[in-house]
This record gives sequence, structure tokens and C-alpha cells, in this order.
Amino acid sequence: MDKNIATLSFAHAAELLREGQISSRELVQALLSRVDVHDEALGAYLSVARESALSEAEEADARRQKGEQLSPWDGLPISVKDNIAVAGQANTCGSKILEGYTSPYDATVVRRLKDAGCIVLGRTNMDEFAMGSSTEHSAYKPVANPWARSCVPGGSSGGSAASVAAGEALAALGSDTGGSIRQPAAFCGVVGLKPTYGAVSRYGLVAFASSLDQIGPLTKTVRDSAVLYDLISGPDPNDATSVPDAATGVSGVFDSGLSLEGKKIGMPKEFFDYEGLSAEVREKVQNAAEALEQRGANVKEVSLPYNEFAIAAYYIIAPAEASSNLARFDGIRYGRREVAEAAGRLLETYRLSRGKNFGEEVKRRIILGTYVLSSGYYDAYYLRAQKARTKLREDFARVFEECDVLLTPTTPSGAFRMKQVTEPLQMYRSDIFTISANLAGIPGISVPCGFTETEGLPVGAQFLAPHFAEKEMLRVAAAYEQASPAAGCYPDVTETDG
Amino acid sequence: MEYEAVIGLEVHLQVRTASKIFCSCANRFGEEPNTLVCPVCLGYPGVLPAVNKQAITKTIAAGMMCNCEIAGYSKFDRKNYFYPDMPKNYQISQYDLPLCQNGSVRIEGVGFSGDEIPRRHIGVRRIHLEEDVAKSIHVGSYSVIDFNRAGVPLMEIVSEPDMTSPDEAHAYLTELKQMMHYADISDCDMEKGQMRCDVNVSVRAVDNPGFGTKVEIKNLNSFRAVHRALSYEIERQKELLEESAAVEQETRRWNDEEGVTTLMRTKEEAHDYRYFPEPDLMPLQISADMREEIRRNLPESPASRRERFVQEYAITAYDAQVLTGEKALADFFEEAAAASSAPKRVANVIMTEFLGWLGDQGKTVRESPVGPEAIRELVSLVENETISMKIAKDVFSEMMETGKAPGDIVEEKGLQQVTDQSVIESYLQQVVQENPSVVDDYKSGKEKALKYLVGQVMKLSQGKANPQQVNDRLRDMLSQ
Repeated sequence: MDKNIATLSFAHAAELLREGQISSRELVQALLSRVDVHDEALGAYLSVARESALSEAEEADARRQKGEQLSPWDGLPISVKDNIAVAGQANTCGSKILEGYTSPYDATVVRRLKDAGCIVLGRTNMDEFAMGSSTEHSAYKPVANPWARSCVPGGSSGGSAASVAAGEALAALGSDTGGSIRQPAAFCGVVGLKPTYGAVSRYGLVAFASSLDQIGPLTKTVRDSAVLYDLISGPDPNDATSVPDAATGVSGVFDSGLSLEGKKIGMPKEFFDYEGLSAEVREKVQNAAEALEQRGANVKEVSLPYNEFAIAAYYIIAPAEASSNLARFDGIRYGRREVAEAAGRLLETYRLSRGKNFGEEVKRRIILGTYVLSSGYYDAYYLRAQKARTKLREDFARVFEECDVLLTPTTPSGAFRMKQVTEPLQMYRSDIFTISANLAGIPGISVPCGFTETEGLPVGAQFLAPHFAEKEMLRVAAAYEQASPAAGCYPDVTETDG
Repeated sequence: MEYEAVIGLEVHLQVRTASKIFCSCANRFGEEPNTLVCPVCLGYPGVLPAVNKQAITKTIAAGMMCNCEIAGYSKFDRKNYFYPDMPKNYQISQYDLPLCQNGSVRIEGVGFSGDEIPRRHIGVRRIHLEEDVAKSIHVGSYSVIDFNRAGVPLMEIVSEPDMTSPDEAHAYLTELKQMMHYADISDCDMEKGQMRCDVNVSVRAVDNPGFGTKVEIKNLNSFRAVHRALSYEIERQKELLEESAAVEQETRRWNDEEGVTTLMRTKEEAHDYRYFPEPDLMPLQISADMREEIRRNLPESPASRRERFVQEYAITAYDAQVLTGEKALADFFEEAAAASSAPKRVANVIMTEFLGWLGDQGKTVRESPVGPEAIRELVSLVENETISMKIAKDVFSEMMETGKAPGDIVEEKGLQQVTDQSVIESYLQQVVQENPSVVDDYKSGKEKALKYLVGQVMKLSQGKANPQQVNDRLRDMLSQ
């Protein structure tokens, strides 16, 4: 069992359960064993729900024996990024400030997965409050890239991506504010889907930047991402920004064949001309374009001139919202409180609790966000950034009049080495290809498309689609996956140490 | 030099809704601390607000009662500041696009001081909706927090600086409270913190077109306190100006026991709330249909009811002011008066007897043991001379105690007025025979003696003889 659990997909596991070839308990046990063996070196998990996962698996097996399974996915374990609330579990967000806090409620996505019988296996490591692109900003421990342990897994959903790549999870949930699902998916050679803003409820996702955050799956296959999207999406009365007209039943595309005849695929030239794009990555993604053409798609160059402003706008809007969202972590009602020496000094309690328990990157963004919202600066920064955002959205709307789906690199390069990127701005630029989808609110998916020749690190191709066009996007992504040279490739976790 | 005051009021009103503004916790006062709470109103990690439509509807209704323009497009904003009573350390409020703007409240009638207030319109600059914060309770050297109040829908009603006297400020508040009661928007109980009021006041020379330096007064726990504090503060500022001293821009605290304002803090620290649009909530689109529906369900305003009462029931403006003070009372009066041939008398009975009795018993109109039809019946018994006004008072007491219909009481106790000529005649004869000296007094010109004799007849008849008839007959008899 241990041998093929590493490559077992979520959908395939469901089949094995249905056919009685494996039990839910065996599945959970096999994954836990892999976590036991490999995770000390990888660091993908912040906590593992061993007891509850096993007992829930037994309950699922009992239901299945009686033919009372809650859904085809009943008994399937899934790993959840540590910024998504699960009742009775820790919810650290990779931060010291939430150490010791237990969530009293389930996020809507978790509730939906539980309603389908899915089991939360453990909580994956992340950059503190999802701020980062390498998971080096976790306050607890770094995560190693399963393909090369000296490299980062990307971030902020680095734990989710690494756990799936290393076969420590069948699939995982992550969150994507500026690329935090797609970028680590690309670095770890897995599939990562960021749905349209509003398609998946954010209720229970600890907010980083409310107008950009979206929960999505990290999986071994495009089909798994489609299945999980169907499980977690849909309107939620608890999230006023969730929408009624989100795409539904996207996994249905796999029933209708994956023809790309007549599909128009656009390649934005600004992405491919970006000076920081490595030649190897450019080549792999161009190969992907050729593969799509061979399957009948029309590939053409398009232009997104306002993409140039995406990073600047993002690093105003996201910190602004974050500075407000993170204000609640004050040590008063939950989380760590540093008691001021001078008893009863409220300001000192705030200062110490937040000063000691937020990491450097989080503090940097809170300061940045507080600054850009300050009276006298609001118009110059926040308002202008919102205007740039509108322009960018219009860019996409225009481009999507002439093509169905866009193809871009997910990242400018393969995974970088740990401690290699020390300049914040340099780190921020690693999200250059993913950020614009968050600003525009459109869906995106990263699919493995090859490996760098020099270091053998995974490369991701990103597909972008209009709002709520997940189905079309997944059709193209799945069709490409069949042709991808990286499909079905998994790291040998026991031997990687490069 | 003659001075005048410039007064503006900022009123916070809790909206009466079943649940809080952004979660499903009950909106109730007086429960055990921290029992009406959930992850949302405690600001737990990951929660999101979901707007209570009733709070929006009622705020729009409040705006309509105050003749405001209602926004077609509005939004919520975050007001950022740290304080332990704020679960998220930001308050979801409204900044530049409030639900209601540019309204007015009409004031008139007899003011709190007893003086007449000329009819005026006080501008309402804006009404916006926000979430209330938790309640800090200070115990010795530390503080505890009750989050039951956190997330209760709260309206902020900002007036224009249009008021010039404590009477006008008092009348504005009274009118506002009445309107909110009438439309069932807020209970406005200041003791329960459902209505809170901050006052801004400055004084200027009458011929000065500019404004004086304004002072904010806090800790005002009743309308009376507002009136007293303003009277005190206006005098204080006048005295300063007369001494050519400067009024400082400051916040002062009203001390109700000592009847003075004392300095709380000078000049507001420059707060930067870093407002920005609330990204967790969609902007509010208020359709013409929605506005129309809210307008359809609005009650008649107290002002228009006052006017109508004067016209339809021929009562005085003062009576109308008293009778419309509370919607329940106005409804009670109107139901009693509408089918009565003597609405003015109905008004008198309600204002003197009925309100007097309720006051003595500490009861509200809604708790009255009898309905408006009982008052109407009582008045009609007097009108058709079945009973005298004097007997009516006894019947009233009996009816309030027992809840019985006045007609039944009169019947049971045989209280019908005696109008039978022969019966009255026999009473007269008896009294005349028993009081020869008084009769002589009258005959020798002592007019007062007649009054005594009438009294004796009434006594003999147990108050049931028609006093006018007795009077007339006795005069006839003695002049023969």
C-alpha cells in the first residue's frame, strides 16, 4: 500500500473505496505512516489530527458497509491549510500570535467537506498569515520542497503543496491571495486551482486581504481539483461576497471528452517578455502551447498592458486590507497575550502582544498598509491602486473577447533555494504572473508542464479564464495535462536531498 | 452684548431588531454578560459579517421619518482604531455614503422650561448605520467587557447646528424619540443605553455671522440632563465672552449631581480612523421598490397627528401635544374620541383622570385595565345626563379597579341621575323643613345659603339628583 499511496489521486482513492479494495481507515493509516516517516524532514504539517482522522475513518467505513455513505467521497482524507477554521482544531495561520488558540467553528468549506464525509487529516504549514512566497515565513518551521530539500516549496500554501507532492496527502486546501496556491503548486509539481473570487465561501478563512483571498484545492490531478471545487464552491449566506452564479458541476467536463477544437488560447506577450522570466520556464510553457495546438486549439499572442502595474497595486491593496484584518489579533480575547510589566497598561499589552508575536514580514505589511490608508495618503495610494485594479480588470475583459483561456508561466523560475531570496521586493516579484488574477477576480490554475534541465525542478503552466469560466479553464487544463511531460511524475521523497 | 447659542446634537440609537446586525445572536438588553455572543460578534479569526436586512430597513424608515433623502447606493466602511470593547479593532460603519442625508425634524409646542417654542425645522445632516461596540465595565483598577452589546445595530443621527436654546435641543430629542417610537425603530431607553447623546455647543454675539469655539459635552443620561447641561454651559461660555476670555475647544463632562460641566480633555487628539470601504460586504443597492415599500409601512408622524387632532377633535394644541406624546396614548385617545360625540371631554378625561391614575399606579397605557371604549362610554354617560361629572369620577375609579364597563357599574349600583320631578320635590321639601333658619337666611338675601341647601339635597339623594334641576327648583320654591 505504502508504495502507491504516494501517487494515489483523490478521485482514484474514491474508486478504490467504492470497489472495496481499500478502507478509509487503511487510507488514513497509510497517509499517517508517510507523514511519520517523511514529515520531520519536510515540515509540511503544523499539526496532524491522528485520533480524530482514524475514528472518523472508522465511522465512514461503517457507513459504507451499511450502504449509507454520505457521498462518493465519504471517508476520503484531506489536508487543510492552517488558516482555515476547523472546529476543535488549532488555527495558527503559521503565527505565534495564535499559538494555543482552538477554533470553535468550521469554515464553510470544511463544513461542506465534512457533510460529504471527508476527513481532515492535518493542518498544513504556511507563511505567517499567508504573507510570503516561500513558506520561510512560517513562525514554526520552514517547509522543504519534496523535489529538492534545499529549495523552498513556494508559498504561502507551501505545506499544502509539499504534502500533496510528497504523498503525505491525497489532496489539500490552500488559499490564494496573490498566487499562494498556484505558485507553490508550480514549485512542487502539483495542480493548484484558484477559483473565481466569490465562487468559494471565505467564511472561516482567516482573512489576509479580503477582496483578494480565495480558497482552492492543491491536488495531484486536474480532475481532483475539479472534484474538490465542486465540493467546496457555491453561495454561502455567511459570506456576503460569495455569489449565486458561480460555476457548478465542473467535474462534468471529464464526461464530455476534452476536445480543444476551435478553442482560442491567448498568450499575453507582457508575461513572456518579462525580463525576469527564465529561459527554461519560457521554453516549457511554449512547449505547452504547441501541445495545445496539436490538440486543435488556436494559440495567439495577446496583450495585457496594465499587468505592469499589478504588483504595485497589489502591494498597496493587500497590505491595506491586511492592516485592518490583523488588528483583531491583540491578545485580548484569544491567542497569546503578553502581559505588560506595568499592570493594567492597555497600550503596552497591545504593543507587546503584537510586537513579540507577529513576524517581520507581517509587521512590514501592517506598517505598509497602515501607511497607505493614512489620512492624506489614501488618495495617492489606495485610491490609485483601486483605479489600476479597474484598468487591469478591463484589460482581461478585453482579452477574453478574443480568446477563451490564457496560457502563461505560473512563475518566472523554478523553486529557489532556501534563504536565497532575502530582499522583500525580490520575493514579491516572484508572484508577478499570479497576482493579476487575484486583482481581476478571475480563476487560474497551475498545471505541471515539465522540469528545469539544470536542477530538475518542476515548472508550472498557468491557465486563466473569465469570471466563473472554471469549466472551460479546467477543460483546457485537463486536455493539456494529458499531453504534459510532467504528468504522473512524483518526487522520490526518500532520496531527495539536493 | 447679546449672545446666542449654537447647538448641534449627535444621537446614537440602537435599532430594535430580532438579531444583531452582522450575526444571528439575539439583540436583547439585560441578559447575563457574554451570553448573546458568537464567533462573529466576538471577532474570532475567519468570521465574516452578513448584513441584517431589518437593520437597513429600519434605518431607512428612520430617515424617512426625518424627511431625509434616502441613498440609492450606499456602502459600509471600516473605521479603524484599537479599543478592547471593539472585537475586531475596527468598527463597520458608514463614512461617505450614509443611508440617509439632508433631512429635518419639526419642533414646536411647549418647551421643557414651560415657554412656547416657535415652530422650526432642525436639519438632520445624516443618519448612518453601524455596529455597536461591547460594554466596558470598570471594576476598581481593572475592566471587564460584556460583548452582548457588540454588534447591536446602531444608528448615528447627526443634526445640523440649528438649535439655539436648551428648550429647542430638548424638543428635538423628544420629537426624535417620538418618531422612533411611532415607527417602531428604537426603544430609545437612555437608561439601557439604547439612546445616547453627545452635544456640541458654542456661543456667539448675535450680530456675528461666524461660529464661536465649540465645546462637546458628554455623559448626558437623560433629556433633562441635556437641558440642564446646555443651560449651564451656555451661561459659562457667555460669562467667559463677557470677560473677554477665550472659550477653549474641549470636551466637558456633565456632572448631574452638582449640575456643572467639568473639563474632560482639551482638543481632540488627531484621530486617524483610516476609513476604507468594507471589503467583506457588497455595496447596498436600495431600489425604488424597496424605498416605496418602506414608505408604505410608515406610520403617521407625531407632528401630523398633532395637527390632525386639533382639527378633527377640536382640542387645543397643548392637549394634542400631550396626547401624541406616545403612540400608544395617541392610538388610545383616537379610538375613544373617533366615535364620541364629545371628543374634547374624552381628551379631558384621558389627560386628567386616566393619565393621573396610570401615573399613580406606575402603569403604561398598554397596561391599562380598560380599553378606549370604556372611556368613550363613560363620557357618553355624562353627555346624556345619565350620571353627573361627580358620579363619573367614582365610576371611573371603580372601572379602573375592576375593569368593568362603566354602564354596568352605573346599573349595578343604581347611580343613574335622579331627574324625576316628584322625587326631587320630596327631597326639597324634607330639606326645607329641616333647615328653617337657613331658608330664612336665604330669604333675607344671603345667596350663600342656597348653596348649602342644594348641598343638603344632593347629600340626601346620594349625589344622584340632577344638580342643575335641584338648583332651579329650590330657587323657585323659596321665592314663592
